[in-house]
Amino acid sequence: MKFLPMVWRNLLRRKMRTIFTVLSIFVAFVLFGVLMAIRMAFTMGVDMAGQGRLMMIDKVSIINPLPASYGARVKQIPGVTEISHANWFGGYYQDVRNQFATFAVEPESWLRVYTVEYELPEDQKKAWFADRTGAIVGSDTAKKFGWKVGQRVPIQGTIYRRPDGGPWEFTIDGIYDSKLKGADKTQFVFNYEYLRETIPERSGFRDRYNWYVFTINDPDRAPQIGSQIDAMFANSPNETKTNTEKAFVSDWAKQVGDIGKIMVGIVAMAMFTILLVTGNTMAQAIRERTNELAVLKTLGFGDGRILRMVLVESTFIAFLGGIVGLAVSYALISRGDPTNGLLPAFYFPTKDIVAGVGLVFALGLAAGSLPALQASRLRIVDALRRN
Amino acid sequence: MLSQAFAVTAVNIRSIRERLGSSAVAVVGIAGVVLVFVAVLSIAEGVKATMESSGDPNTVLILRAGSDTEMTSGLAGDNVRVIQDAPGIAHDSSGTPLTSPELFVVVDHPLKRSGSAANVPLRGVTAEAFKVHPGVKIVEGRNFEPGKNEVIAGRAAQRQFVGLNVGTTLKWGESTWQLVGIFEDAGSVSESELWCDAKVLQPAYRRGNSYQSVYARLASPDAFQQLKDALTSNPQLTVTPMRAQDYYATQTQTLQGIIRTIGGIIAILMGVGAVFGAVNTMYSAVASRTREIATLRALGFGSIPVVFSVLVEAALLSVLGGLIGGAIAWAAFDGYETATMNWQSFSQIAFAFAVTPRLLLIALGYALIMGLLGGFLPAYKAARLPVVTALREL
Repeated sequence: MKFLPMVWRNLLRRKMRTIFTVLSIFVAFVLFGVLMAIRMAFTMGVDMAGQGRLMMIDKVSIINPLPASYGARVKQIPGVTEISHANWFGGYYQDVRNQFATFAVEPESWLRVYTVEYELPEDQKKAWFADRTGAIVGSDTAKKFGWKVGQRVPIQGTIYRRPDGGPWEFTIDGIYDSKLKGADKTQFVFNYEYLRETIPERSGFRDRYNWYVFTINDPDRAPQIGSQIDAMFANSPNETKTNTEKAFVSDWAKQVGDIGKIMVGIVAMAMFTILLVTGNTMAQAIRERTNELAVLKTLGFGDGRILRMVLVESTFIAFLGGIVGLAVSYALISRGDPTNGLLPAFYFPTKDIVAGVGLVFALGLAAGSLPALQASRLRIVDALRRN
Repeated sequence: MLSQAFAVTAVNIRSIRERLGSSAVAVVGIAGVVLVFVAVLSIAEGVKATMESSGDPNTVLILRAGSDTEMTSGLAGDNVRVIQDAPGIAHDSSGTPLTSPELFVVVDHPLKRSGSAANVPLRGVTAEAFKVHPGVKIVEGRNFEPGKNEVIAGRAAQRQFVGLNVGTTLKWGESTWQLVGIFEDAGSVSESELWCDAKVLQPAYRRGNSYQSVYARLASPDAFQQLKDALTSNPQLTVTPMRAQDYYATQTQTLQGIIRTIGGIIAILMGVGAVFGAVNTMYSAVASRTREIATLRALGFGSIPVVFSVLVEAALLSVLGGLIGGAIAWAAFDGYETATMNWQSFSQIAFAFAVTPRLLLIALGYALIMGLLGGFLPAYKAARLPVVTALREL
């Protein structure tokens, strides 16, 4: 490694060019991270949805709620372990623009089905189970509105209405967190009993749930159990559609459609353009020294050694820009979803970080090896004669 | 001094040919940024255009107070009758108020693109709907007959969802529907929907005699306030009337917000990258002409013409890049039809990407700014060249 000082001098030869090349690479890799996070966000966390968890909705549409009696019948099917249900409430705080995911559920079974998604202290759980007007809320939403445990909050609903037209008053019994990467920490989950008492019986909507969610003991049997359940409710007023939670999330993400894919596609194209252009500048910086490399060869430097020297130089530039870029990008993404809770699964997946580091390497090697190989193939005499 | 500036600039521009490689780098970099910028924002523009063509200034939408979309609203049958008698609403020649009570639900139906289920909006309407929404025209087949399980599909819905052709039978749950016609509505959002008789839809979705919204035509555009006052002061009702235009503008705020936030982040990041690329290009341009510039300075040319020439060159390269990027975006994406989820009502909306002249102008301006920022430092360096050492340089 005696040639390190030489590599260093070469980098300093045109300081401005080196600096701006490093900066371009830096930006390209910040972009890479953001791109991967956006891609993740548009899949709506498909990777996190449980395979061992199934969802059952009305076959025609999720807006047709299913009867309460369905739960007990599903529970009897061999292999089904825990079952819970939920209603989409469409709640907002103070202004209709402050909407967040709000579900009315049966608290105890809900937390038995979702064990790691909601992490909250045992005493908060107990308080919630015992409180008919209680709710638990994700740390992101709690932070956004400055809510504390024990606080009373008025939540207005867009779908359901109280007879007096006023908001529902909830007590925040717990604030949940989750160690899962990209977990949705915006939800507001409360006891269905509190909602039930405001639904008039003659409306036909009381004791009906938008969806059931249940766990099974063997994820491989999900397709069989799903079709068994759908067959059981076939030809009834509410036929069902049962599938893994993952399949539902994936269908949901596909509804957003190709606009996510198109965005990721064009940005990827543009990022590779930046890399190509920068790679070319780096190669150019070495190409214009061909006659110097020839001098080194004349002095007895072997081809391998020259190649190594050039590669050290180019990978150094790529690393300086790329690794710092990835790190900054990671820091930016860790600040969370930029759209205020609409794309909660906004994070930098580990496998993409690894891919990013690989790309940094590839850039350094590709930008250095081409001109170095060209130089090593040159006859010394020809190279010296150039210029 | 002006003539000096032009002379130096002309020399500069004529010599770009000699530095084709590094100039191309700047052009390609900026073209890439503009392409991404225009392409991403054309999604938001397209959604906006669809929504804007949906609102007529004379149409009012009445929802239950507190509901922000038709999807979550609900109006009992007797409330609908009270609304229909309100002042300010236009009447047809026979004296019936021009109002259209409607149901808005979604059905699970597969997308052509992915084959996966999506929430397709299904609207239940009465015969009055076609007077309140005069733009709706049957372009294929015929209209549905009242009381029958028949639907008509919007043109955009037909393009995005599986099997929506005249004559097909659709089965949703227990009920079977016959698709009897295709309609168009000047590219508005209703073209993403399926329409059927409200009286058939009510029992299928257990809605009794209730509706979700009432559309009404105003007697005159100014009659809105009169209608609003009458409805909001009526103790029998808790409803919010709004102009259809305003309603549609709010319907895609969320979707547009997502696209614009992400588009903005990407455009800024890429813009910074492109500025760095332009700096490099202009530095090498100045470096390759060090002797030339020094000679000019020695001949008595001032430093301002030199700065000017570098900046003009940078501006030209960036505008060229902007034009190329904009043209590619326009050729590749303008008019591209797709559907996505409207975050407000969670139903599908079909639209086409729109690369508008306004968008292209903004992008060109952005390209120009990137070019000038990139040219600034090198121009400063060129102006500060010490003449004697520069002349000595190889």
